Amino acid sequence: MSALLIMAGGAAVSPLVFQLAIFVMAIFVGYYVVWSVTPALHTPLMAVTNAISSVIIVGALIAVAAGVKGGSGISTWAGFAAVALCAVNIFGGFLVTQRMLAMYKKKAK
Amino acid sequence: MPQLSADLAAVLYTVSAVLFILALRGLSSPETSRRGNTFGMIGIAIAIVTTLLVAGMNGMGFILSAAGLALGGVIGAIIAKKIPMTDMPQLVAAFHSLVGLAAVLVAIAAFFSPSDFGILSEGRIKAGSLLELGLGAVIGAITFSGSVIAFAKLNGNMSGAPIMLPARHLINIALGLGIAVLIAMLMKSGGTEHWIIWALLGAAFLIGFLLIIPIGGADMPVVVSMLNSYSGWAAAALGFTLGNLALIIVGALVGSSGAILSYIMCKAMNRSFISVILGGFGADAGASDSGDKEQRPVKRGSAEDAAFIMKNASKVIIVPGYGLAVAQAQHAVREMADALKEAGVDVVYAIHPVAGRMPGHMNVLLAEANVPYDEVFELEDINSEFANTDVAFVIGANDVTNPAAKTDPQSPIAGMPILDVDKASTVLFVKRSLSPGYAGIDNDLFYRDNTMMLLSDAKKMVEEIIKSL
Repeated sequence: MSALLIMAGGAAVSPLVFQLAIFVMAIFVGYYVVWSVTPALHTPLMAVTNAISSVIIVGALIAVAAGVKGGSGISTWAGFAAVALCAVNIFGGFLVTQRMLAMYKKKAK
Repeated sequence: MPQLSADLAAVLYTVSAVLFILALRGLSSPETSRRGNTFGMIGIAIAIVTTLLVAGMNGMGFILSAAGLALGGVIGAIIAKKIPMTDMPQLVAAFHSLVGLAAVLVAIAAFFSPSDFGILSEGRIKAGSLLELGLGAVIGAITFSGSVIAFAKLNGNMSGAPIMLPARHLINIALGLGIAVLIAMLMKSGGTEHWIIWALLGAAFLIGFLLIIPIGGADMPVVVSMLNSYSGWAAAALGFTLGNLALIIVGALVGSSGAILSYIMCKAMNRSFISVILGGFGADAGASDSGDKEQRPVKRGSAEDAAFIMKNASKVIIVPGYGLAVAQAQHAVREMADALKEAGVDVVYAIHPVAGRMPGHMNVLLAEANVPYDEVFELEDINSEFANTDVAFVIGANDVTNPAAKTDPQSPIAGMPILDVDKASTVLFVKRSLSPGYAGIDNDLFYRDNTMMLLSDAKKMVEEIIKSL
């Protein structure tokens, strides 16, 4: 993303400040969304936040791409290991959440 | 290879972030939660595909990435399918450790391939990027080693009792200062001195380990929530390094989610977050007053007595605790409730926020045993009901019912909100022995006239009650 495209009152804003603004807004979104989660689903909440925090796989894939294009070998293998770890979390986290949520049933009338 | 423009990629990352928010939003009720989970899966799929297309992967890169995804995916899917519901706390701890380790690995990769991560300027890594990367690595490392200890304690590989090192606060403060100094040195070096990042990681792994070992078993709900929060902050820090919106937003969501859960857990124990983290709770209280408590008379009952009392009741509230999970008694309890309902008894469940070893632990176990979720109530919704209840059936819980929290200001659990089981006409306590609970204090309830102790393994006792019903 080009820094020069983000303007405030005619002056360029550094991407860091722009990202920080998004970060702060997201904390507020998280705050309100999580307070509305019913306590009965706090365990699935932890499992699913765990699965989505594995979106850090984005960084792992960039590391693999960088490593194999002639970057450091450390990048390739650290990236590969991180991709595998994140994949365990993504598949394990979402599937176990699905399994838990499928068990919550209403009273059969 | 197809290449996405950076702008389109940013838009797609935003879409996946929105899907993650919807995934969490869905958890406001069990009906919407399943659709929410599907949104989450779509979100992560979009993020992965977008990255594969925008990172300029070559053929070898694709093969390695696919191999990593397949390997991890198969392992993850098998674990998710096989894991018993009672093991959920240690599974979540194990998953947190993986996120932490992945964050560490990504930070290392960025450190050694700075140009590809776009953080290089005139041959040196930008100081701001080194700060983000260093923080991501440190928080990731603390999450990793802390979660490994939490896993070992929850899984029984390690005793749940607090382990107290002498001068541990001093050691932690020294390590914390050391980490701050190393991050400053890292920023100053411009990434040219490799030893700094390794020293930083070593110190962070050590402090994560030292922070969790003094914390005892029943404080684990706070610890697991806190590590959940840390894994989010680590992801967010690396999101800044990569300039990736999805990662920044997810990090903020997960970070605040874990922080809120920690807050709820601390409030449910009436303890400050700091006092939980400093650890050592309940380590010495148990030994001091163990001498005189066996002398007081208790009323012991048999399964037949319990069955008789409950069959003749009109309303029974079941209060499950960690002992239910240990004895795997959730299915037996549901069968008992079914038998009682057939006899015309009104049966509901009451759950204390810190019952079990993680937030919502009891709810998942009861759901697994096919207990409808609208028969399960939280503390504030059911506490007034105990006064018009004939029988409170407490199984595997102790401290969360102890009236000392209200009557004894000197008690370690003073001020903790408790389930008012003492207000019920009769209290049945299923417990293995008369030993005190985690807080190490005696429960007055055991010695009251309207209390009957059912001393046995929880599952065995419930099965015998079913036979007598």
